[in-house]
Amino acid sequence: MRSISLRTIAIATVAVLAVGYALAFFDAPRDADQGLIQKIFYLHVPLAISALVGFVVAAVLAIQHLRTGDAIWDARSYVAIHVSVIFGVGVLLTGAIWAKGAWGTWWEWREPTLVSFLIVFLLYATYYPLRYAIEDRDRQARYASVFAITAGAFVPLNFVAVRAAEPLIHPRTFSSAGGLPDSMLLAFLVCMAGMALLWVTLVRFELAAKGTSADLSRIRRAVLGDDAPPAPAPSIAPVGASASRAMSAGPREERPR
Amino acid sequence: MPILLAIAEAEKYVGGAYLVFLLLLLVYVAIMAAKLQRIQRELSELAGAAEQKRGGSS
Repeated sequence: MRSISLRTIAIATVAVLAVGYALAFFDAPRDADQGLIQKIFYLHVPLAISALVGFVVAAVLAIQHLRTGDAIWDARSYVAIHVSVIFGVGVLLTGAIWAKGAWGTWWEWREPTLVSFLIVFLLYATYYPLRYAIEDRDRQARYASVFAITAGAFVPLNFVAVRAAEPLIHPRTFSSAGGLPDSMLLAFLVCMAGMALLWVTLVRFELAAKGTSADLSRIRRAVLGDDAPPAPAPSIAPVGASASRAMSAGPREERPR
Repeated sequence: MPILLAIAEAEKYVGGAYLVFLLLLLVYVAIMAAKLQRIQRELSELAGAAEQKRGGSS
């Protein structure tokens, strides 16, 4: 099956996000309790859901890496975590602004939703030092995959635990008590789809950049031979089927000799 | 009047949240653009080296 091109996904992302936020601001009614400030919900919640689902997706990709041993799955898992961490930064910042506007405080330590998300975010922040503390590429990829699976399993558990806990002030998005009215729900779902598409676009974009970087290293080796000065080391193993073949075929020039 | 003030206050936070998100995206895109620029530079260096090699061998 032919995959959709990055350009198509990027255009779809912009279109869906534009429609979503137009609906959120011009069609969805103003919240009776919070007023205008509730419009942050259409940004903050899709970002949070995309980030958390992204962490779980990274775990699934890491399982594939451990099963097959192919570096491409490790690269995909790494990029999924990277983009989700960036989304996580967005969640914490927009959440803090919403909290200040709605509750008068930037952060509430007694609120389980906030603290649990911070724990998940900090857990994934340790992924980078763990990964780069290991020099050997194969071991690095294996350990990173084990981390991604363990942390990925923690995300749904954490979600269930937070749902079970008594909320202090943070609203529950889809609670049994009523939930969202239809006009708000439509805007929210379109924004959610747009944010999910943005996540996919960024993952594909970064993977494409890493694949090109790896191909460039191969060309450098082919043109300049083994005496070629080492290119700046990419942050992860080469990406792509051709790069994987190159990895198994010979020594990797990025390693310090 | 207090209602108008409350809306102006809310606008500040809503605008701030969306602006922060846009800035975050912009920073990410800028970093990726810098990386792509580096790749482009290396590629043109390699093209030059390849042409030199071909000129030397013929």
